[in-house]
Amino acid sequence: MARKSSTKRKPGTTSVQLRWLAHARSGDKGDTANVGLIALEPEYFPILVKQVTAASVQRHFKGMVRSVDRYVLPNLNALNFLLHGALDGGGTISLKTDAQGKVYSTAMLRMTIPVPADIARKVVRSRE
Amino acid sequence: MTRTTVRVAAGQGFWGDWLEAPVRQVEGGPIDYLMMDYLAEVTMSIMQKQKSRDPNAGYARDFVPLIERILPALVSKRIRVTSNAGGVNPRGCAEAVLAVARKLGFAGKLNVGLVSGDDILPRLDDLIARGHELRDMDSGRPLSDIRDKVLSANAYLGMAPIVTALEQGADIVVTGRVTDTGLTLGPLFHEFGWRTNDWDKVAAGTVAGHIIECGAQSSGGNLLRDWRKVKGLANPGFPIVEASPDGTFVVTKHPHTGGVVNVPSVTEQLVYEMGDPRSYITPDGVADFTTIQLKQAGKDRVQVSGIKGGPKTPMLKVSIAYFYGYKAVGTLVYSWPEAYDKAKAADRILRQRLKDLGLSYEQILTEFVGADATHGRLAGPASPDAPEVQLRIGVRAPEKAPVDRFTREIAPLVLTGPPSVTGFAGGRPQVEEVVAYWPALIDRREIEPGVKVEILKA
Repeated sequence: MARKSSTKRKPGTTSVQLRWLAHARSGDKGDTANVGLIALEPEYFPILVKQVTAASVQRHFKGMVRSVDRYVLPNLNALNFLLHGALDGGGTISLKTDAQGKVYSTAMLRMTIPVPADIARKVVRSRE
Repeated sequence: MTRTTVRVAAGQGFWGDWLEAPVRQVEGGPIDYLMMDYLAEVTMSIMQKQKSRDPNAGYARDFVPLIERILPALVSKRIRVTSNAGGVNPRGCAEAVLAVARKLGFAGKLNVGLVSGDDILPRLDDLIARGHELRDMDSGRPLSDIRDKVLSANAYLGMAPIVTALEQGADIVVTGRVTDTGLTLGPLFHEFGWRTNDWDKVAAGTVAGHIIECGAQSSGGNLLRDWRKVKGLANPGFPIVEASPDGTFVVTKHPHTGGVVNVPSVTEQLVYEMGDPRSYITPDGVADFTTIQLKQAGKDRVQVSGIKGGPKTPMLKVSIAYFYGYKAVGTLVYSWPEAYDKAKAADRILRQRLKDLGLSYEQILTEFVGADATHGRLAGPASPDAPEVQLRIGVRAPEKAPVDRFTREIAPLVLTGPPSVTGFAGGRPQVEEVVAYWPALIDRREIEPGVKVEILKA
C-alpha cells in the first residue's frame, strides 16, 4: 500500500481509516442505502459512537446522499446508517452499477476518524 | 406432542441462488423444514413481466426442477418445504410441483398447500374508489398518479396462512408474496404451538427468519470480516436455525461444509437491509433488534437469545409494480496508457452526438469502472497508469425511441472516437423495460378475509 492510512492529527489522537476499526454490510430499501457498521473490537465501539455520527457520515458522502439517519445497536457493537437518496432512484430505475447499494459499506470504510493514540497503536499491531 | 427442537434450513436466499444448496441441506444432515425465499423487492416486477408474456409463467421456475431433484429425499426424511416461489402465479407453481410429484410416482402421497389472496390487482380500482390512496411510502404520491401503469399489486402476507397449511397437512407450501420471515415463522409456530400474540416469540422467529432468509450470507458468504479466513466456499454450508420452544435458537450449518457461522457472520446479516432496529415491522409483529444477544456456542454455532417484540400493526405493506419507461446500458473498455482520459473523452463525444441528434433522456449516467463506479469521488483521482478502464454509460427515458437510438451509438465509437478501445464483442446493448417498485400500506382488514389456503393432492 503506497499511502499510509494513519497520519498525525490533534495531540493525543491519530487519524485512522474505518476499515481498521469496523466491518460493514450494506443493502437497499428503494432509494435509500443502509450501511451497518460493526466494531472489530468491543473497545472500538464507543469511539465509533462518538466519531461516526449522522453529521460526519453526511459530510463523508457529501454530494452522494441527500440525508443520513443513524441508529445505535449497543448489543451488537454496531451502528446502522440510512443514506437517503443514495441510489439514483434505486431498484430497477437506477442506472448505477451499485443500484442496490451492495458496496456502499466499503465506501463508508474509507472514512477516517480521530482515535486515541493507544488504541491507534493497537490497531497498527492488529494489521501486522 | 411438541418437539424440543425444530430445524429450519435455508435453501435459497434469492431467485438465482446456488442450485445445489437445497440438495445439500436435505442430504447433509437432519432438518425438519426447508425454507426457500425467492422474492426480493424487484423480483415481483420481473415475474410480472414474464407473466405478461406467458400466462403460465410468473413464478420462480427453478423451484420445480429443484423439487424434482429432492422430492424423494423430502418424502423419505419427512422434510416439509415452505417457499414463496409462487411469485405472481402461485397456482401455476403449485400445479407444476404436483405434476412433478405424479411423474415421480408420489400420486396420492403428497399434499401441496397453496396460499393465495395476496394479489389485489383486480381490486385496485375498488380500493381506490373507497378511499385507499395507497401512497408511495417514499415519495408520498397517491397511486392514482400512476394507476394506468400498474402491472401488479400484492400485499405482504405473514405466517398465518403457512401455519394453516401445515396444520392441514401440507408437505410443500407454495405462496405468493409472503414475507421472507413468514417462511420461518410458520413452521416454528406450527410446531411449538406458540400463540400468535406472544410478541416476543414472534420477534424471535422473525429474527431467525431474517438471519437465514439470505442464504449463505449469514454463514460466510459475502462476509467482509476476515474474508480471507473463510474457507471452503466452493461448498458453502447454508444456514440452519435450531429453534427451541422458549424462543431461543442456534444458527449453524451442516458438518463438512465450507463457510463459517460466527458472531461476525450473523451480525453482518442482522444489519443487512435494516431500517430502525427498534422496530423491524412484519405482518406478524414488530421485532426489536437492539435486544438480540449473540454468543458463540461451539464451532459454527451461534446462540441467539433475549429477543423482545411488540404487537403487529394495523397495516400491511403492499408491493406494487408499474411500468416506468425504458433503459439501456452500454460499455466499452479503454486500455493503458491514459485509459481513464480516453474513456472520459469517449463519454464527452457520445453525449455530444446524442445532443446533436436531438435526443432527450430523463437521465444519462456515466461511470468509469476501475476508477469511480462504486465509490464515486471517494475513490480519489483515477491513476493515469490504470491498465484499463471500462466506460459504462446508461440512459433512461419514458419513450423507447431515444433509448433504442442510444444503443446504436456505442459501437460507432470504436472507429470514430479515442484510441485503444476494445470489449464490444457483446454487440449492441439491449433496450430494457423498466418496471418500478411502489411500496404502500393498506389496512389489513381489507386483505386478511380474502387470504385462502388450499390443499392440493398429487
